[in-house]
Amino acid sequence: MRSHTLEQLAEHAKARESHARVVRISDGNEAVIYNERIDGNLEAPSSVIEAARDAIRQDHSALITDNNQRYFIHVHNPPRRMIVIGAVHITQPLAQMASLAGFDITVVDPRGAFATVERFPGVTLMDDWPDDAMAKIAPDSRTAVVTLSHDPKIDDPALAAALRSKAFYIGALGGRNSHGKRLNRLKDLGFNDETLARINGPVGLDLGGRAPAEIACAILAEAIQHLYKGSKG
Amino acid sequence: MAAGSSELKGEIGPAESDEIIAQAMTWRNEGKGVAIATVVSTWGSSPRGIGSQLVVNSEGSFLGSVSGGCIEGAVITEALDAISDGQPRLLDFGVSDTQAWEVGLTCGGKVEVFVERVGE
Repeated sequence: MRSHTLEQLAEHAKARESHARVVRISDGNEAVIYNERIDGNLEAPSSVIEAARDAIRQDHSALITDNNQRYFIHVHNPPRRMIVIGAVHITQPLAQMASLAGFDITVVDPRGAFATVERFPGVTLMDDWPDDAMAKIAPDSRTAVVTLSHDPKIDDPALAAALRSKAFYIGALGGRNSHGKRLNRLKDLGFNDETLARINGPVGLDLGGRAPAEIACAILAEAIQHLYKGSKG
Repeated sequence: MAAGSSELKGEIGPAESDEIIAQAMTWRNEGKGVAIATVVSTWGSSPRGIGSQLVVNSEGSFLGSVSGGCIEGAVITEALDAISDGQPRLLDFGVSDTQAWEVGLTCGGKVEVFVERVGE
């Protein structure tokens, strides 16, 4: 790996720019492939470049053989994100666990007393109202959204924004009763049953635990399941 | 664990690619020789997936992992050679390979690791 490539990779990690590094196994020559440009000392065949761009879309690194040459395509996509609405007790272990599992965490709570640095060291905190926060965050297909505040004024607008996005996972805390009421309120906003089925409620895999950390674990497990296996589990 | 692993000066853990790159930058800026090892293919039950990386410096310190800890010793040795001679190499570990038993990849998997120096 050339020093120039190393510097580029370090910069892109900060800028959240998707790219793939392609290295030819036989000599170590390399190229960094972006969606619209290429950089490096490897004159990669167009079939390899196409494979690299496909790998970026699939988020899947791979060793390929092209014309008797082996190339390793190493995909670097920005980290997956988890947006947690409500800086409640469960949010504390969830932020820690999800961070360990490779999520960038943002906690949103307009109630300033909840989302404090003391309770969430090292976590990105936003005290905007959820609709403003969600507009700023712009959830994409690498984003999970979890609502935990238990307050419809805070949770509902975030869920509505999540349903309008491509978020790969949406979870909402609350028992069956309160989830039913929540679905009715969202129906009144114009969401149909198919769309509402994207919300996982009661939230989390059924692990049986009741402690905040156990519920956090169930939520994180369900989000990871959706990431790799889709909503079918 | 591989024989001689007690000599290893590092922490085997699932460091993500960004951490590996950042560590490589730090060591390079300190003037140390650096090599990066990357899992490029796996077969069967291998503990670390494709793209997992280990960064090694010329003093033998390392960060990251390419297995559950069983082949790291052998990979680090090759990485130090790559820092010396500048040649990239593809290492093949698998159960059909007697050497793999020696280094301890007994979990029934096969893994190919590409090792390259961080150059000029």
